[in-house]
Amino acid sequence: MRIKASMPRKIFLVCNMAFLLIVALLCLAPFINLLAVSFSDKTAVAAGEVTFFPVGFTTVSYQFITNTSKFFMSLLVSLHRTAIGVPINLLLIILTAYPLSKSRSDFRARSLFSWFFVVTILFNAGLIPTYMVVKTTGLIDSVWSLVLPGAVPVFSMLVVMNYMRSLPKELLEAAHMDGAGHVQTLVRVVLPVSAPTIATVTLFAFVDHWNSWFDGMIYMNQIQHYPLQTYLQTVVVNPEEFIRNNTDLSGNLSKYLSMVSARTTGAAQMFLAMIPILCIYPFLQKYFTTGLVMGSVKE
Amino acid sequence: MFASLKRKDKLARELPLYFMLLPAVVLVAVYSYGSMAGVIIAFQKFIPARGLFGHQQWVGFKNFATLFSMPNIGTVIRNTVVIALSKMVAGVIVPVAFALLLNEVRSLLTKRIFQTVVYLPHFLSWVILSGILINLLSPSEGFVNILLAKLGIEPIFFLGNPDAFPATMVASDIWKSFGFGSVIYLAALTGIDPALYEAAVIDGANRWRQTWHITLPGISSIVVLMSVLGLANILNGGFDQIYNMYSPVVYSTGDILDTFVFRLGIEQAQYSLSTAAGLFKSGVSMIFIVASYYLADKFTGYKVF
Repeated sequence: MRIKASMPRKIFLVCNMAFLLIVALLCLAPFINLLAVSFSDKTAVAAGEVTFFPVGFTTVSYQFITNTSKFFMSLLVSLHRTAIGVPINLLLIILTAYPLSKSRSDFRARSLFSWFFVVTILFNAGLIPTYMVVKTTGLIDSVWSLVLPGAVPVFSMLVVMNYMRSLPKELLEAAHMDGAGHVQTLVRVVLPVSAPTIATVTLFAFVDHWNSWFDGMIYMNQIQHYPLQTYLQTVVVNPEEFIRNNTDLSGNLSKYLSMVSARTTGAAQMFLAMIPILCIYPFLQKYFTTGLVMGSVKE
Repeated sequence: MFASLKRKDKLARELPLYFMLLPAVVLVAVYSYGSMAGVIIAFQKFIPARGLFGHQQWVGFKNFATLFSMPNIGTVIRNTVVIALSKMVAGVIVPVAFALLLNEVRSLLTKRIFQTVVYLPHFLSWVILSGILINLLSPSEGFVNILLAKLGIEPIFFLGNPDAFPATMVASDIWKSFGFGSVIYLAALTGIDPALYEAAVIDGANRWRQTWHITLPGISSIVVLMSVLGLANILNGGFDQIYNMYSPVVYSTGDILDTFVFRLGIEQAQYSLSTAAGLFKSGVSMIFIVASYYLADKFTGYKVF
């Protein structure tokens, strides 16, 4: 049954679409501008002439970056922490969510352990105590300081746990009847059907590691240990410093130096840092509702 | 004897579950509970060289007395609550409104495209977003002020004027988060039984009445839930965002507890005082978090686990 839309309804739909387009543009425009700035001539940028298209198209900012070692050093640190950190997050999420998804009769200590993890959401120790523990365990200036303190993402774990708890009991009973132990049940039965929620928390773990900058700033003393976002933060807060620090690096650079500004090189670096995120999140979008909402909110 | 054998069997069956939990328990014990034990720093005259649990001089609540006699502590707490509360309120209203409007779009593809676009800022760090905003909002060469100038409006120092700073923080936070915040409401909207609308049409209800009597009640419980859970953030002004955009000129309205704790602890190396300020924040926050979970359970039956 399709009812023909009335006139006021049509007007509403057109206005609504126009409004949504403006909202979408507000979300997208700053990034299009960023991209345009990164490919523009520095004088056009300083004059405020660049909006959505490059003015005086040039790739010189990108050439400048490829010739500075700091950007790539920090990129390597970020890749390193992500490559170690995300699998560890994921493994620990699964290994904790599964036991805690059991009923109390199947796992008597369930409540005790659930509280053990939930207390960490309720009470935050704060900056200095956390820093002192990281220091005491000898992780300062090590990539592990970016991985171990947040190795168990409790919120994600609860999402996965709630999802596993909502699985039909018959599924697990059947596995049990077939003589499967906990490990087999987890690997062969529970994990395959938990794919949507696992995909969601994997994305979150990746985004977390990729975007973290504060831990790098306080746990790393030397700039060559900075992950990408921590390094970017120094560029954002003190842009002129970046250009100055790179002036005496090599003769190769000096020829670009007069052609780039803090704005254009900053834009180029920010855009490069966005690429991994841009490549991943749109493809996992279909899992957000099934994985996240179903897991966190029960009917 | 049979009973004890059964218990032994049961333990044997549970044993792998304990092993699965072991690595996470060890890490959380060291890094979360270890840090929690570390709040004793707040009650000491802490000398870092002697170690976290080393021999330190105990001073009782002296650090708290010093903290609350600092001239700017009142301002910092007020700023935190003002910014956090504004974000909390707008952070419910805007996503709900957006979800309601997007829900009126019939084409699934159009809907998907809109969603993908508005989710983007959520997945980027405040470092990148601050970098972009600092440029866009700059009074001299920022795009926004150039646009305002064309409309004949005086340039606004969004990040340098204490009157404009908190509003800028709230608006940019909403810009980052409203899209992803709407996911949960969109899911609730698709969950409403279409038969209800058909029945309403037969009864002669127009669109507004349908929205008022079916759509809004259909998502009201999730709106209540999200509002209540939001209470947990009463003292979270948003460190990442504010730290990357504030400056001493806007401390009077923009300095929040987290930035205050950071400057005390890391920049001025006043470990005990900083820990005391952090402990104050965590203590008050814990009350709000527990209260919000309690209310969420009471009103909507939501349970954390």
